[in-house]
Amino acid sequence: MYLTEGKVDVEIVTGRLAREIDGALVVFAGMVRNHHRGREVESILYEAYESMAEKEIGRVVAGVEHEWPEVSVAVCHGLGRIFVGECSIVIACSSPHRAQAFDACRAMIDRIKETVPIWKKERGPGGEEWVGWQWT
Amino acid sequence: MVSFAWINSPDPASDRARIGLMKVRVLLFAVLRDLTGVESLEVELAEGAGPADAWRELRSRHATLAPFQEPPLAAVNEEYATPGVVLHDGDELAFIPPVSGG
Repeated sequence: MYLTEGKVDVEIVTGRLAREIDGALVVFAGMVRNHHRGREVESILYEAYESMAEKEIGRVVAGVEHEWPEVSVAVCHGLGRIFVGECSIVIACSSPHRAQAFDACRAMIDRIKETVPIWKKERGPGGEEWVGWQWT
Repeated sequence: MVSFAWINSPDPASDRARIGLMKVRVLLFAVLRDLTGVESLEVELAEGAGPADAWRELRSRHATLAPFQEPPLAAVNEEYATPGVVLHDGDELAFIPPVSGG
């Protein structure tokens, strides 16, 4: 299960990785920031095609662990309303040495953002808007 | 005596197949659900139809989609659809607006 309701706790995700062979733990935490494209943001509503998102995140994890076999990966994405300063996603990569963990962690977030069917609707004083939707 | 038993056939899927139709469940997420007010619906399509045909059907039902001639990315049974994919009776077709997770 890679999806959870509400904000994500860093410790819960890093806690899934505890290998004595590892000398490095790299954590990426995606947080809700208070601005986007010049607009003020108060919170973000995350929505997913949950069954497919679970599969797609699993596919990304499998791909990264295949590419960096010494790296172990844990990831959790939050759904529902998440407020400024809270984490919407936490990715933890551990490995015996730091270089692989950094690379794997970067690949994880980049690939998740590309393919996983999750959408965000930003809410601020000016109203609400789905991100990334271009009116043609 | 003429039998009309087929009218109440226990297998509606085979009835649809006989007349060249199939039923597909369509899922709409995020901005597409907001635009239509619908998150899930069934559409009947001719055999051999693809996601673009389902999108055309949706646009004819929902005026708010009319401006969007090009179908968004589609997923069939939770897998991203490849170009030219053909739908089958009972498939789950999801239209995927540009993703923005993370």
